[in-house]
Amino acid sequence: MAEILDTFFNIEILLRVLPFILEGLGMTLLLCAITVPIGLAGGLAVAWVWSLKKRYVNWALVVYVDFFRAFPPLVLLIFVYFGLPFVGVDLSPFAAVAIAFLLNASSYYGEIFRAGIESVPHGQWEAARASGLSRFQTMRYVVLPQATRNVLPDLIGNTLEVVKLTTIASVVALGELLHAARLAQSLVYNPTPIVAAALIYLALLWPAVRLLRHFEHRHLVAR
Amino acid sequence: MDNGLERLVFAFFNAEIAAAWAPKILEGMWVTILVSLAVVATGLALGLALAALRAYRIGPVDVAIVAFVDILRALPPLVVIIILFFAFPYLDLPMSAFTATWLSLSLVLAAFAEEIWWAGILAVPRGQWEAARSTGLGFGATLGYVVLPQAVRMTVPPLVNRVIAVTKGTALGSVVALSEIVSQASSAASLAGNPTPLTLGAAAYLAIFVPVVVLGRWLETRFAWKR
Repeated sequence: MAEILDTFFNIEILLRVLPFILEGLGMTLLLCAITVPIGLAGGLAVAWVWSLKKRYVNWALVVYVDFFRAFPPLVLLIFVYFGLPFVGVDLSPFAAVAIAFLLNASSYYGEIFRAGIESVPHGQWEAARASGLSRFQTMRYVVLPQATRNVLPDLIGNTLEVVKLTTIASVVALGELLHAARLAQSLVYNPTPIVAAALIYLALLWPAVRLLRHFEHRHLVAR
Repeated sequence: MDNGLERLVFAFFNAEIAAAWAPKILEGMWVTILVSLAVVATGLALGLALAALRAYRIGPVDVAIVAFVDILRALPPLVVIIILFFAFPYLDLPMSAFTATWLSLSLVLAAFAEEIWWAGILAVPRGQWEAARSTGLGFGATLGYVVLPQAVRMTVPPLVNRVIAVTKGTALGSVVALSEIVSQASSAASLAGNPTPLTLGAAAYLAIFVPVVVLGRWLETRFAWKR
């Protein structure tokens, strides 16, 4: 037991690499603070355009959404980061991650917002329009607030996935939490940094998992 | 502009390079399909077993299952793969890249599947349990023949989405040098000094997953929750 602790949770090593790991955590938080809002904004835009019900535009949107849902995000990131320099577009790892996440997350968030907008009864639209609100105002003040509430569990669930996905930024050598932990592990030749990173992810995301469980339970009870 | 287009075609759609590296990508495609099928089989089986076990409502077992599910829902799959691949050798339990990827993604899928199926079991009306029990079926038989078939049917749409999400995670195997599509394509791209193999890799993924996504959309409407 003591030996296992010594290998996987070596306090001495942990203290030595902690500043490094915390720096990685900072980068992970920064990544989340950027990728989640751009994903949400992209998704809202997709759902908004979809709600205009222009037939050909909507076909294009289905293709866009299905394309990026079928495409593993890691492949997308590698394509953006390692592929684009060949045509003279040099991107920083950070910019590459932002572009890949915009494309990937906006298609998932777009689907969720679309389902939410569909779940708002049509009478809400008609009543809002009849009371003199413009299309934009109807969407902004009447439909979207209700739509967002209806799909809140899915939005939280997808946000959890996006945060977990930021780990793939380690592949393009962006110094986020996982990247820092792996680097530290190879320097000290001990898995403690990886275990520490896993515990940090757990502490960060476990509340979200609990919250989702609560929503799912409520959904079942409501049926 | 003309020059730019030529450069783009030369870089990303270079027929000569594509022909040279296509066999490597096909090899990777085979590995990706193999890992995906293995993950779906073990992940779903383990998830179903855990959900069925939870129906017996044995206190300590429930706590253990919920803890397992919570942890694997919260941890990024890439972190699980890296722990299995880089940390377990310190316990003298070295794993091949294939085993580490397969095991990690199976555990992640099992956690999500357990959660979804358990929700399905809870959603089967109590009357179904009572009617089955009163006809003389035992608890296990009621669960297996009456409740689970209905629960599984109800949960097809969320399960399909989760299966797609987790099998796409096979690309993460490239981080531990599993020779699937991504690692074949990126090593080919650096050897050829041209990103065309990346285009091939992307096409390979689309060839595998677009049919799966379309099938998923169809299954979703076919088994949509009736309210």
